[in-house]
Amino acid sequence: MLELIVISTLNGVLFGMLLFLMASGLTIIFSMLGVLNFAHASFYMLGAFFGFQISRWFGFWPALLIAPLLAGAIGAGVERFGLRRVHKNGHVAELLFTFGLAFVIEEIVQIIWGKSPVDFRIPPILDFPAFTIFSTNYPAYKMFMLLVSIAIFAALLIILKKTRVGLIVQAALTHPHMVGHLGHNVGRIFMVVFGVGTALAAVAGVIAGPALVTQANMAGLLGPILFVVVVVGGLGSLPGAFIASLLIGLLQTFAVSMNGSLSGAFGPLGPDYASTWLADIWSVTIAQIAPIMPYVLLVLILIFRPMGLLGTRET
Amino acid sequence: MSEITASAAPPLPAVAEKIKFYGLWVATAIVLLWLPIIFGSGGSLTTFSLIGISIIFALSYNILLGQTGMLSFGHAVYYGLGGFLVVHAINIIGANKLPIPLPIVPLIGGLTGLFFAALLGWVSTKRSGTAFAMISLGVAELIASSALILRSFFGGEAGISANRTKLLRVFDWNFGPQIQIYYLVAAWTLIAVIAMYALTRTPLGRMCNAVRDNPERVQFVGYDPHVVRYLAFCFAGFFAGIAGALAAINFEIANSAYLGAAQSGTVLFAAYIGGIGFFIGPIVGAIFVTFLSLGLSDLTPVWQLYFGLIFIAVVVFAPGGITGLLMMHRPLLKAGTLPSVLPSYLVALVPTLAMIAGLILSIETIVHFSVNPGSDSHIKAFGVSFDAASPFIWAMAAILLIGGFLVARRTWTWVGHAWDHATSTAREKGVAA
Repeated sequence: MLELIVISTLNGVLFGMLLFLMASGLTIIFSMLGVLNFAHASFYMLGAFFGFQISRWFGFWPALLIAPLLAGAIGAGVERFGLRRVHKNGHVAELLFTFGLAFVIEEIVQIIWGKSPVDFRIPPILDFPAFTIFSTNYPAYKMFMLLVSIAIFAALLIILKKTRVGLIVQAALTHPHMVGHLGHNVGRIFMVVFGVGTALAAVAGVIAGPALVTQANMAGLLGPILFVVVVVGGLGSLPGAFIASLLIGLLQTFAVSMNGSLSGAFGPLGPDYASTWLADIWSVTIAQIAPIMPYVLLVLILIFRPMGLLGTRET
Repeated sequence: MSEITASAAPPLPAVAEKIKFYGLWVATAIVLLWLPIIFGSGGSLTTFSLIGISIIFALSYNILLGQTGMLSFGHAVYYGLGGFLVVHAINIIGANKLPIPLPIVPLIGGLTGLFFAALLGWVSTKRSGTAFAMISLGVAELIASSALILRSFFGGEAGISANRTKLLRVFDWNFGPQIQIYYLVAAWTLIAVIAMYALTRTPLGRMCNAVRDNPERVQFVGYDPHVVRYLAFCFAGFFAGIAGALAAINFEIANSAYLGAAQSGTVLFAAYIGGIGFFIGPIVGAIFVTFLSLGLSDLTPVWQLYFGLIFIAVVVFAPGGITGLLMMHRPLLKAGTLPSVLPSYLVALVPTLAMIAGLILSIETIVHFSVNPGSDSHIKAFGVSFDAASPFIWAMAAILLIGGFLVARRTWTWVGHAWDHATSTAREKGVAA
């Protein structure tokens, strides 16, 4: 039992940190441009596929560097030539633009790499068990993922809080006009922030690609969870996104490892009900409902705290 | 006081306008009756039925997006649940020989949609804007994932099927042949369209518009925007349920795809491409998108990519959708300055089409080399055969794409100038633009 708890906590924190890598970019972009980038998970997917392709040509380490840069450049281009043009048509048009973009990116990825999963492997240098807890070998690659995401998290925190660049970005979040009057190119700040945000998502994609499945539907699978994270945390709140990421990461990981069901707890259902829809609910295990856990959390949060955990502002 | 109300309220419509208004609906009904006589083949009847279902669904979506300003990514939930309940209802009615004929069964779907919208809507509509969009997405994922867990009700991946012909007969129709289904769908489409149009004319419909435009002022006047959004959400769920019920009757099956994100995306595409600013917009969009998805899938294997590109193009260049583009010309038409813009359109059309042709050519060539690289390079797309391996084709694609873009950009500026000129002339003539 203790083994299960330790392993699940490690995995949960890992998944949570991965989520936060993406949610942080999404949150900063939202606070700055006022638009929730629907295609954010698509950049995560692009990162994974670019990482796969580049690691095939040059190896994993160059891929870890080049793939996010490429995805970030595409992201910056999307902001400069797409979003900025749509901006005058309002937030709905901007959101719909990113929605269409997510659709198109998924189609393009399917055309280039096909619908089935690609063979994106863990680099051999990291393919060994890092340590053994009780009887479980914990893979080194997962520790590597954890370290990378924590390192980026720390770097992001330092840049935002301690440097001049971070100061300007923070100012542009709340007072873009004032920052513009002080002689900074706000348009360029927006573009760079969008690029960095999408590049962070791509980093998550490159490091998650070998551990999870690199497939054309990975954006569609992760995207909704990502939006749950930002809504649960409170739209536009970075600390909220952090807490919500860890919460959902742990929730889902623990749920997957639990096997309990109502029939396990209260005994099998009477034969009268055995063929009704009640039997489905009775026999479903917690592991089976793990995928819907984040959405249940979303509904609960909306009922009891519509602003989100640390959210302050409406819309 | 009475003078103020008299000046504020619109004048009662003249008899001629009334005839025009009701005549339009009667004409629509006659057209719907005549359609199968002109296009009687099975394929076109199926297409018409799909269009009818799509129209109801897109219009119900527009109650949210166009009328109340709520962008939903999960409208298919109510469509799908309506469909599932109707399939179960048909099975139950058929097994127990209940005296309920098929034509009123869609009402069950509508009530299902209404029930679930009323259940989930209160939480969903607590917030508007981006938060609502994300919540609708989350709720949709919740329902869609639950559908795969509750296998005995939703039938897992295979879905649940029903036999629509075993119900109580009216006028000796068993609703086996597609022509009878066409008339069923057509009748329900007409009823639903009239009902939804009427809804926009009620005080509630007007308050919805007010909530869309300025929720804060709505609060000042004494209405709760949350309640208005909730009511609009319930109505949208009701009509989506009817659309889902008709789809389930048409296919005699309901599966988890009915509830899924793809279905929600399609209705969003249809409503937005058609134009959310006008009542008729989603109707145009539903017709356009249904024809497009049926037609494009025959012409090219990557039709969904084109679909997405068309959607992005509409969002970027024509946020009013197709009807928005057409309606922009109404003041010009009234002022008689429309002919001065048309030549510039014709001039701009040539390089723009060249650019699009170049784009299609490059996409199809790239698709050929990435999807089936080993096979014969003589491919056919949009009915045109060409050799994807020949450098001549590559050069032509590049010239059309880049050259077309450079020339087209010039001509778009002309169009802009001609447009500005025509609108200012129209304004001088006293037609509001």
